[in-house]
Amino acid sequence: MVAPLIPMGVIPESWNNVFAVILGFGFGFALESAGFSSSRKIIGTFFGYDFVVLKVFFTAAITAMIGLLYLSYIGWLDFSLLYIHPTFLASAIIGGIVMGIGFSMGGYCPGTSFCGIAIGKIDAMIFMVGMAIGVLIFSEAFPLLEKLYNSGNLGGKLVSDSLGMSKSLFAFLLTVVAVGMFFGATWVEKKVRKVEY
Amino acid sequence: MEKNKKSGTFYLNPYLSGFIFGMVLLITFIITGRGMGASGAVKSTVVEAVNTVAPAHAEKSDYYSKFISDDAHPMNTWLVFEVIGILGGAFLSGLIFNRLKFKVEHSPKITSRRRLIFALLGGTLFGIGSQLAKGCTSGAALSGMAVLSLGGFITMMAIFGTAFVFAWIFKKNWI
Repeated sequence: MVAPLIPMGVIPESWNNVFAVILGFGFGFALESAGFSSSRKIIGTFFGYDFVVLKVFFTAAITAMIGLLYLSYIGWLDFSLLYIHPTFLASAIIGGIVMGIGFSMGGYCPGTSFCGIAIGKIDAMIFMVGMAIGVLIFSEAFPLLEKLYNSGNLGGKLVSDSLGMSKSLFAFLLTVVAVGMFFGATWVEKKVRKVEY
Repeated sequence: MEKNKKSGTFYLNPYLSGFIFGMVLLITFIITGRGMGASGAVKSTVVEAVNTVAPAHAEKSDYYSKFISDDAHPMNTWLVFEVIGILGGAFLSGLIFNRLKFKVEHSPKITSRRRLIFALLGGTLFGIGSQLAKGCTSGAALSGMAVLSLGGFITMMAIFGTAFVFAWIFKKNWI
């Protein structure tokens, strides 16, 4: 087992930030080239005239998921050394709802707003100003929110364990569901009147 | 390749972009053991700013102090470097596909001013929500899903489910 490379000491820690810039470059290029620098293209997913967000997001999640499971299966990667985003039930749901409202008003999420900023979208720049204000409000109000922030801590729980199935069965089922959604989305796109943006 | 009729610029096929995006995320996990993110860089910047303007206040706060330590500068985090890369990569793509232009994008039914007010409010909510959920669409939802995190799936469903309902409430802003 050699991966993950930096936690295993194969690549020295000092290289971490160099990779951050290189990998971020790929991330930004992939998002912008798909059209994620346009808020009206992004928001099209919710009105059915452009499902690019659904297609790109699920393709990326499944590609990375299957890759990690495969490398772990052939013994090149130690899955237990990966950082699993921790599950805090209440704050994951409420935080997600707050972000969802923000998404429908602002048209961007933080990652896509960086893409918008890079190509000169002024609305994306203002969105980022709002982001900073929001972080500041949360930080100042933290004493009031601390209980909610820490409640329902399940640690690094896996969705496959919660559903009582193996990781690979879950990945297979998710892939089937995603492909179904891709066909459904393409069908809906043909029915819905086009929006020019 | 898909051509945008109005602006005349091209977008890559969404499945190809998604595959490239997924491979970048996979390589990130293989090298660093962690996923990608975006809101964390904004958090680092805010913590750094508060720590510069009011160091005593930052040290006293239970939230800022989580991210301040003597040996590491708050700005000196992986995600800040990653965001520098995101800006560069997106700029290159915008250059190649001829999309570099200063503008406010909005529905013809609303004014630029209204668009910017909503962008500011939306950003503010995203800022609050991302701190509560300990990550945004990239750090919590996408990177979480790649490693089968339960919280990642829950946050993803909460974001998209809520946005689906609220997008119709704010329909005039978009179409």
